[in-house]
Amino acid sequence: MMSSMPPAAVMILGAVLVPFLRGRLRTAYVLALPLAGLALVLSMGDTEFGRTTLFGHELTLVRIDGLSRLFGWLFHIAAFIGLVFALRSPSRIERPAALVYAGAAVGAVQAGDLVTLFVFWEILAVSSVFLVWARRGERSFRAGMRYLIVQIGSGALLLAGILVYANATGSVAFGDIGLDSPGGLVIMLAFGVKAAFPMLHTWLTDAYPESTYSGAVFLSAFTTKVAVYALARGFAGEAALVWIGAAMTSFPIFYAVIENDLRRVLGYSMINQLGFMVCGIGIGTELAVNGAVAHAFNDVLFKGLLFMSMGAVLYRTGNINGSDLGGLYKSMPKTAGLCMVGAASISAFPRFCGFVSKSLVMGAALYEGYNVVWLMLLFASAGVFHHAGIKIPFFAFFAHDSGIRVKEAPNSMLIAMTVAAVLSMVNGVWPTLFLYPNLPYEVTYQPFTSAHTIGQLQILFFSALAFCGLKLTGLYPPELRSVNLDIDWIVRRPLNRLALALGRTGKTMDVQLRTAADGLVRRTLRRAFVAHGPRGVLARSWPAGSTVLWVATLLAAFLLIQFL
Amino acid sequence: MSAHLPVLQVLVPLLAAPVCALLRSARAAAALAVLASWTTLAVALALLGEVKSAGVVSYAIGGWVPPIGIEYRVDMVNAWVLVIVGTIASVVSPYMVVSVSSEVERRRIPLFYAAYLLCLTGLLGIAVTGDVFNVFVFLEISSLSAYALIAMGTRRRALTAAFRYLVMGSVGATFIVIGIGLLYVMTGSLNMADLAVLLPEVWDSRTVKVAYGFLGVGFCLKLALFPLHLWLPNAYAYAPSAVTAFMASTATKVAVYMLLRFFLTIFGAPFSFGTMALDRLLLPLALVAIVSMSMVAVLQVDVKRLLAYSSVAQIGYVVLGLSLASVTGLTATLLHLFNHALMKGALFMAMGCVVYRIGSVHIDAMAGLGRRMPWTMAAFVVGGLSLVGVPLTVGFVSKWYLILGAIERGWWPVAVVVLLASLLALVYVWRVVETAYMRPYEGDGRAVEAPPGLLLPTWVLAAASIYFGVFAKSTVATAEQAARVLMSGVGS
Repeated sequence: MMSSMPPAAVMILGAVLVPFLRGRLRTAYVLALPLAGLALVLSMGDTEFGRTTLFGHELTLVRIDGLSRLFGWLFHIAAFIGLVFALRSPSRIERPAALVYAGAAVGAVQAGDLVTLFVFWEILAVSSVFLVWARRGERSFRAGMRYLIVQIGSGALLLAGILVYANATGSVAFGDIGLDSPGGLVIMLAFGVKAAFPMLHTWLTDAYPESTYSGAVFLSAFTTKVAVYALARGFAGEAALVWIGAAMTSFPIFYAVIENDLRRVLGYSMINQLGFMVCGIGIGTELAVNGAVAHAFNDVLFKGLLFMSMGAVLYRTGNINGSDLGGLYKSMPKTAGLCMVGAASISAFPRFCGFVSKSLVMGAALYEGYNVVWLMLLFASAGVFHHAGIKIPFFAFFAHDSGIRVKEAPNSMLIAMTVAAVLSMVNGVWPTLFLYPNLPYEVTYQPFTSAHTIGQLQILFFSALAFCGLKLTGLYPPELRSVNLDIDWIVRRPLNRLALALGRTGKTMDVQLRTAADGLVRRTLRRAFVAHGPRGVLARSWPAGSTVLWVATLLAAFLLIQFL
Repeated sequence: MSAHLPVLQVLVPLLAAPVCALLRSARAAAALAVLASWTTLAVALALLGEVKSAGVVSYAIGGWVPPIGIEYRVDMVNAWVLVIVGTIASVVSPYMVVSVSSEVERRRIPLFYAAYLLCLTGLLGIAVTGDVFNVFVFLEISSLSAYALIAMGTRRRALTAAFRYLVMGSVGATFIVIGIGLLYVMTGSLNMADLAVLLPEVWDSRTVKVAYGFLGVGFCLKLALFPLHLWLPNAYAYAPSAVTAFMASTATKVAVYMLLRFFLTIFGAPFSFGTMALDRLLLPLALVAIVSMSMVAVLQVDVKRLLAYSSVAQIGYVVLGLSLASVTGLTATLLHLFNHALMKGALFMAMGCVVYRIGSVHIDAMAGLGRRMPWTMAAFVVGGLSLVGVPLTVGFVSKWYLILGAIERGWWPVAVVVLLASLLALVYVWRVVETAYMRPYEGDGRAVEAPPGLLLPTWVLAAASIYFGVFAKSTVATAEQAARVLMSGVGS
């Protein structure tokens, strides 16, 4: 019996009971669910079951193989960590929503066919929006609404694509789809929305910072990683993805630098990290796909850790703006330390986990001769360190002392962060212990060669130097201090200016575009209202005579068609 | 006994109606109406079983052999429609008992049940008969009693709504009888099977084509195809809640059946889709209905009117399936007849619960009801999700076939319109859900959960709209079988 139960059902069905529980019992139950699910998945090994037929198509409810194996484990771990972090959440909707959300993510990556994928795809969308709404208030509600529309839109695209694909190929099996197959482009766009492709990414940076302090932790773990998995399954080796991924690594950096809301900075850095994964999928070699999967795994850990540390700051101070925080290391030293572990991981310090997975992707780019892409990724690596590795901990915990004195984060949060930090350290220090053996393909890559280590350290140190230089010269927004010249500064200042200017113009253009589109929608709606409103032409109660007129018209149409 | 099933289908409610009118006690009348409704469902199910095992069931009224006498003739298509009507009647009639007692004057209640049973008789009769003039007779029976039912609404505007429906409905019925008359002139027969044999010889005559036009317009009016839907929103909005639930789930469905029966069985699918280009005529109207009426629904403030406009849009889906002119398209049409009956029935019944408690279905009056009337609003949410076409609900199943049919024909834009219109449905359902769940309750405490007598039938339909969404195999198989019967003249 147990062996035929889809692992996704554990958390989704388990969530039903949560609203009826209180206190310690609820805590124990909620934490037990992801662990039970994990145990179930681990006990299964690689398997395929749950075949049914629907509308003449063969469906496979569960498929665990090399590619989906790690994702299934990962989502259970992430759900557990997130739930520990959210123990103090006062919201009654958050826990069940998070469980359903995590369960849907598990279901989506273990779906063996496109129809099952679509169902979980929609559950993901609907359940996750409650994590945004749980913060309550007008801003969250609106951001959640925008988020929901985009997510449902992605689902509609996916359904449309599946229909075309199934109709043309006669199969709904979820395997390699490819851009050339009919409907392939639409399906990829649907995945792309959830994977935050450039231009399709705004929902992410819009909604995540508006969620609850713990909601962002869940949000950061699931939706985008499911999309990465789906891309890896369906579109591995599509050259277009290489360039899309490279663009994703680069453009958010400009935004992240000028952003003040630290959780939004993390949102941008998330797109940047996703870029590495998408790029790896696009390259499509065994090494690159390994890199994408490994990086997805690590990203959930360290990005979760960063979101948790910022969530803890938000929880204690009620504020998350870089300009208002600072000096918190005095009152929240443990959080600060854990945050810096996450920062070092995302910046790919050697012996931290970002290093062992990002190297796979970048190595693959070089082997396959994508030199320009490699340079873009290199630039992005420096940028990550700059805005996520330094900016986040610096503005929150150091910088000028804001005078805020709060208590250290509660124990539950510290435990959650510690678990994430330990796991990411394990992956960073001993990648061969757990991470590499479970990747889709065999790993022969050696990340810790001296050339590579030194190269990475150089990037990091010069990046750090640049930050210090900019900070001291007062060129770094938003603070102004005395000027201290350095040889590095000459190179960095115009570049930084350019970056800032680019970012700003991008932002104005973005705003203008949005206003224009907004106006268009408003005008269209007004026009539609004239015709369709409660007093509109189409909605009025017309006298019987008008119907007779229509009857005559329609009869005329009927007769005309046959006599013409 | 089982040999007489076809006539029993009509006889039971027809005989129960005058008895109801004679009864003084509202309770006795209600009990009789419920009993009669349940009997019709039992008969309909027995008929469906018989058709499935033995093929077409033919019954000669009074022993007169067709085509001279009146023949009742049941195949997969009308057995299916009979089951739809029977199901809805047997679920709505217990609901009526509670709902009507608060919305209709006490002394009129027995008459109300008499009218209801006559309406049921008419609808079942249209579906069961194999004689075209008999169709007209039953159509008048159902229409006249429907006017009376609508006029019993609590608000005075119910009277004008009923009157308007009467005028428009009579125009439609007249067109239908003119069409039938012309057919009779050309063939000298009123028996459907006989007509189907005789008509091909005179296909080219102008009279037959004119008859086709008159019948087409008459049916479109009865089934409320845009732009002949003008009678519907007010009639549904002002009728007593139980009547709205009953009519919305049955009357237009039976009208669609008439259209299918006349145009695909009697005239034959090759004639309709070939010579008459029925598909090309209906397609644009269906698409406009889907989009435009959904938009009107989005902006309505009276929830019953909102649902009424949504019904017009849903009829657009039904007609769209027909205009795809394929087995898949017709399967979608027949499925949606059943599925829409389930979900719209549940939605209107949920609104009836709201009326029962707070006397209004204005959208502002529904603020905060999500907490005050959790079961009622949950049923509304289920029905609404189905209307949107969320997977695991019936709405998804019929839309799936509709889109499949559109893709089969290579009509991509149509598939896109169907998908986009689902978003519109999401908007108008969401407006109600948002008001009920996100806004605080502002009323005077009258809004408490509806009594079980109302909730239970509502939830039967709501649960059915999930059950048949998950276990769609039997309904899909039956609908597909029926669609094959209808398309039998065509190669596909």
